[in-house]
Amino acid sequence: MTRTTPQALDRREIARWVARDIPDGAYVNLGIGMPETIAECIAEDKEVILHTENGLLGMGPPPPPGEEDTELINAGKQPVTAAPGASFFHHADSFAMIRGGHLDICVLGALEVAANGDLANWSTGAARAVPAVGGAMDLVSGVKAVYVMTRHCTRAGEPKLVNECRYPLTGRGVVDRVYTDLAVIDITPQGLAVRELAPGVTLAEVAGLTAAPLHDQRSTHRESHPDGNSAPSE
Amino acid sequence: MIDKRFADPSAAVRDIGDGATIMVGGFGEAGSPVELIDALIEQGAGDLTVISNNAGSGTTGLAALIKAGRVAKMICSYPRSADSEVFAEQYRAGRIGLELVPQGTLAERIRAAGAGIPAFYTPTAVGTSLAQGKPHGRFDDRECVLEHALGADVALIKAAAADRHGNLVYSKTARNFAPLMATAAETTIAQTSAVVGLGSLDPEAVVTPGIFVDRVVLIDRSPQWLDPSRSETGWL
Repeated sequence: MTRTTPQALDRREIARWVARDIPDGAYVNLGIGMPETIAECIAEDKEVILHTENGLLGMGPPPPPGEEDTELINAGKQPVTAAPGASFFHHADSFAMIRGGHLDICVLGALEVAANGDLANWSTGAARAVPAVGGAMDLVSGVKAVYVMTRHCTRAGEPKLVNECRYPLTGRGVVDRVYTDLAVIDITPQGLAVRELAPGVTLAEVAGLTAAPLHDQRSTHRESHPDGNSAPSE
Repeated sequence: MIDKRFADPSAAVRDIGDGATIMVGGFGEAGSPVELIDALIEQGAGDLTVISNNAGSGTTGLAALIKAGRVAKMICSYPRSADSEVFAEQYRAGRIGLELVPQGTLAERIRAAGAGIPAFYTPTAVGTSLAQGKPHGRFDDRECVLEHALGADVALIKAAAADRHGNLVYSKTARNFAPLMATAAETTIAQTSAVVGLGSLDPEAVVTPGIFVDRVVLIDRSPQWLDPSRSETGWL
């Protein structure tokens, strides 16, 4: 992962930030890609139940090499295990959990997030691209808290937090919180509210890499590093 | 006497005609009824509309059916993956149609068809391009879009075990769309890794009751399913 700034967090450090905020007992869906890292970062004293929309509640870690089962996979079609207490179910039940508001948190990747909570994460709209949506629109419409985990900027350095999404939307006004490699930012009725900064990162730096106004609301939130105290490392 | 067993995949798919709408179970490879699809390719039916979560991967199964030029249109949620080039090539060349449906809406449309519900409102996709042109309604102060039931002429699904009545159980995440599709097709054809005697499936554990299944085809005997040490209850 290319760092947005020298002080920016790496993928695992962002994942630890998200994992820290997932409460004990939560039912959580982690999107394909970057958010998958969060599963490895959840503290052992927390019981967090992972849902994967292809039909498993209680998803465990990947199996050891050689023990993969082609009929036990996650939504990213990677081999996983079933944790003790797991259950299998068909897609209508799986999306009843999602759409019916039974899941507490989902964490998704993003192409863009707008200051009003609009999310674009399924299509660049490119003419030759094959469009594919999967369960993203269902997740954002039904899960109680929708978090986004993303680098603050694109590889080209363009801000991903914007006034208005240019890419096709996944949902309108659906995002509650964004975890980037620079900051934790809440979507509020007033717009983007900075809750936390990564160590060594300044508010001015984040504002300079964000294409929408930022409100500083750090005073209402404890400041800490995902590790607790250590500085970020590669 | 009810006996839904067919001798082989070819016999089970023999009467599928050109222009049929076919549901194909599976999420990626898991639950994909590959042997039934192979038989369908051999059988030759074309101009098919296929309803499936994905649009095939690699060069076998659904990808092979698409590559053979038999599919006129895909209705699916995620036709893109690392190895879905067969669909991508035909899509870019304009040789195959695509109706993209959010995954949960796809599941619910199929469920609705099987349950006799002609249409329903859902908040999924409101405000996006996938809701454009569809009727909207407001319920409990929430904007929703009208989606129609999605049925088919035939469903091809994969089960772990079946009996001659068509009762089915599945294997782990290979279950995915199969129980829904079984309810929503005129003719449901299940390939299975084991056919067991009537009464061997625990009625509490049957996932798809046989009323939803028309044909059962044994593909192979899976030793892990027939290992009695895997059953603590005495049921399979």
